Amino acid sequence: MKIIGAPRRRVDGRAKVTGQTRFADDLMLPRMVHCKLLRSTIPHARVVRVDVSRALAHPGVHLVLTGRDFPVSYGILPVSQDEHALAIDRVRFVGDPVAAVVARDELTAFEALDLIDVEYEPLRTFSDPEESLACPEPRIHEYGDAGNIHKLVSLRFGDVDQAFADADRVFEDTFFYQGNTHLPIEQHAAVAARDPDGKLVLWSSTQTPHYVHRALAKALAMPAAHIRVIATPNGGGFGGKSDPFNHEVVVAKAALLLDRPVKICLTREEVFHCHRGRHPVLMQFKTGVKRDGTITGMHVMTLLDGGAYGSYGVASTFYTGALQTVTYHIPAYHFQGCRVFTNKPPCGPKRGHGTPQSRFGQEIQLDKIAEGLSIDPAELRLRIVEQPDTLTANYLRVGTIGLAECIRRVTHIADWANTFGKLPLGRGVGLACSSYLSGAGLAIYWNDMPHSGVQLKLDRSGGVTAFCGATEIGQGSDDVLVGCVAEVLGIEPIDIRAVTGDTDLTPVDLGSYSSRVTLMMGNAAIQAAERARDLLAGAVSRKLTVPKDRLVFADRRVFDAGDPAAGVSFAEAVCLAETMHGTIGTTGSYTPPRSAARFKGGGVGPSPTYSYSAAIVEVDVDVSSGWIHVPRVWIAHDIGRSLNPTLVRGQVEGSVYMAVGEALMEEQIFRRLPARLSHALVHKFPSMLEYKSPTTLDMPEVITELVENPDPRGPFGAKEVGQGPLLPVMPAVANAVYDAIGVRIDEVPITPEKILRALDAKAAGKAPRVGPARFPDISWPEPLDVPPPWKSGDGKAEVRSRKSEVGSERSEVVGTDAGARRLQPSGDRS
Amino acid sequence: MTVTKLHIETTINGEPREFLCDSHETLLSALRNGLGLTGTKEGCATGDCGACSILLDGRLVPACLVLAPEAQGRAVTTIEGLSSGDALHPLQQKFLEHAALQCGVCTPGFIVAAKALLDAKPNPSEDETRYWLAGNLCRCTGYDKIIRAVLDAASEMKESAI
Repeated sequence: MKIIGAPRRRVDGRAKVTGQTRFADDLMLPRMVHCKLLRSTIPHARVVRVDVSRALAHPGVHLVLTGRDFPVSYGILPVSQDEHALAIDRVRFVGDPVAAVVARDELTAFEALDLIDVEYEPLRTFSDPEESLACPEPRIHEYGDAGNIHKLVSLRFGDVDQAFADADRVFEDTFFYQGNTHLPIEQHAAVAARDPDGKLVLWSSTQTPHYVHRALAKALAMPAAHIRVIATPNGGGFGGKSDPFNHEVVVAKAALLLDRPVKICLTREEVFHCHRGRHPVLMQFKTGVKRDGTITGMHVMTLLDGGAYGSYGVASTFYTGALQTVTYHIPAYHFQGCRVFTNKPPCGPKRGHGTPQSRFGQEIQLDKIAEGLSIDPAELRLRIVEQPDTLTANYLRVGTIGLAECIRRVTHIADWANTFGKLPLGRGVGLACSSYLSGAGLAIYWNDMPHSGVQLKLDRSGGVTAFCGATEIGQGSDDVLVGCVAEVLGIEPIDIRAVTGDTDLTPVDLGSYSSRVTLMMGNAAIQAAERARDLLAGAVSRKLTVPKDRLVFADRRVFDAGDPAAGVSFAEAVCLAETMHGTIGTTGSYTPPRSAARFKGGGVGPSPTYSYSAAIVEVDVDVSSGWIHVPRVWIAHDIGRSLNPTLVRGQVEGSVYMAVGEALMEEQIFRRLPARLSHALVHKFPSMLEYKSPTTLDMPEVITELVENPDPRGPFGAKEVGQGPLLPVMPAVANAVYDAIGVRIDEVPITPEKILRALDAKAAGKAPRVGPARFPDISWPEPLDVPPPWKSGDGKAEVRSRKSEVGSERSEVVGTDAGARRLQPSGDRS
Repeated sequence: MTVTKLHIETTINGEPREFLCDSHETLLSALRNGLGLTGTKEGCATGDCGACSILLDGRLVPACLVLAPEAQGRAVTTIEGLSSGDALHPLQQKFLEHAALQCGVCTPGFIVAAKALLDAKPNPSEDETRYWLAGNLCRCTGYDKIIRAVLDAASEMKESAI
């Protein structure tokens, strides 16, 4: 292989270093007007009246829209269609859009927002999950599993009680993971216009043009065939641009009504309000182990603070309990998850989607177990690593697994044997591991169609155009597309033009989320390119009278393997093929393998293959100030195979960076305004200055090891790398802090203030720990019992009672638990 | 009709330019919306992220905190002024070679800020480079490749100057 596996410059680099890349906010069209949204100043209220007459009369204002203009709801998941582009009669958080102004310029639009009079009738504000659990009324939404509980899940795989009875030790720990946000440097922006036929075009900084396409068709009640969504290169996504957003629907409607281009660019404060970031999660882990460290069973409970809307929340809830089993062998497993609504910006998917929180708990608990059993933490993990080609207790298919190799390599390069437990007070090292999906096995909406499609057009010049719906968000998807096609056809990346993320021009790819693009688009690209190669080989074979299978495609030539001088240029090969077959175009597509999970809720977690990571973090903790410095992170990642090692290493380092921010400083938190103002629940610091994120000065040195063991399900053997390497870092920081100063910080962010608090507790002879004391009582539904594969399970839930089986398993990716709807939340907070 | 716009004469990337702007308009807005120089990015509009870094008379400033009329009679350098024709500035070349970018939205700001550093101090240490660039935020790369690219560009520029 010539291209694949060799480090090379990304195809979109030149435009990015010269400032020529056109992001959504860089688009300027003739007659373009500008849109601004009026956002609620009250966290929870009935909207009694919206008077826009003064705004409409303001010079330069073209249009004012309100909730009445958007009667149809939408939402990313079929089960939570709970958003309106503008509030109909209710606002649910400070920042919820109420009205929109379109004016000749941004400033005029801003001025007109002040002229809109909104009368609110405030409702009780729910600021934290326990409040939402305790008080079912007033309901933030008229749907969900009970009161202000959005989703309740209880899945049980095997006899967990027996597993605890069989254990030598049972560990029970509670953890809290604070919410944080994506903070892409590019603020969301969109431009909508009518095309010459009068049809709608939307350019948007979105990671998921296909889902935005569907949402627009629904929300605007328009035929999808008359809507074109073009994803502009995203100036950072990290999951924050994966939902259909209010502003996209609003400018689309405005462009249709005004018949002129309408643009919106959100302010930084608005980006904090759009959010869809990391859910704050309270969690409890109960794990039974044998003396040698073998796990007998695990029971995990999670409570997610969902914010004001559904977003991806149902999937996020399942994700907090899905992947524990793909790293270590857990013979019996019980997961209970609960997501509640609160009056804060909605939470959703951020890099790692729902799994970093529970990975944090699991990996710290493993550290405690190792200490309790007097086993080295690395040795303990090596003993319990899941086996390759295994079906886990919750029916996830593990293919290749490089976790043990990751642990061995990372402990070697970090000199673990000579550092763990052996550094002076204040210095420590911590280890943690993780795994992530290489693409979600199911689409957001149920269908049997491919998840990614690639179309190739071969030109007589030898140039190739590759069309795919995948979206470039900085991860390098255009580069992967071009690299795969170039490798198969034996041409250079520069010979290929990538046309991506355009619902009119490109075949569907579901979007840049769940680390799915390299695997799914890559496989589709290889198939399309192999089909093209076959057509060309047929024509060249006839011309050279050489059997097809002896032809080699390399160096922009097609030649006889036995006589390399005998051949034609790639361009000539295209011409020969076009002469023989007519216009040369091929398609390729990829559909993930069918999941073995056949129970309701089994749609979240399956993936064609999983990546694995192991990280060791070194910390210096100043015991007088509590200040934590992270000088170094060693990380080994099971990538399957690196398609472009330069990009792979970039993803690893970027993941570690974001993880260090989550571990030490980042938090999306809220406060009440003083009573003399409105007492409203507002974002504590919606600015880039006060929302702390790591700078060049905070970033540790990262030593990366790539474990390459090609996975038969990946394109050329590749697995994901965009999200997995983030996951082990936060718990590794916490474990390193314990190694350094002997205190447990069982929550993130791990701040100097918490360090000092834990040290004070230690000095006072109390438990040397900062973290949540308890997990609240929740009225869980009857568990869905699914016997694990080794208990002759077939992936289906046991039919025990009618109510737990209501609803078709195939109706949604993540169905609602009809049985749970009848259950009331616990009012008992004792 | 009363005249409300100000007429500004300035030099942008070595070329004399004039433009009209409101008295309260930022230089970032004038560059992007008035002059079509969209290489300078808005990431916060409050001077916190560095995405709109430009040089004003050679001094590094966030364009979002400079009023457009302040450009009167002064020289502005933006990312568009760094390359000439096909020839990339050594910093641009090194950012490409070191893969010091992913999504690319912070990249123009980083390159302009790094140019200001190298203009003032052709041979910065790694620490000096990290301090200088601490006002530019990047969410993708983890910064290390950016630092390597700047240091490599510095040593190359020094060599070619000899």
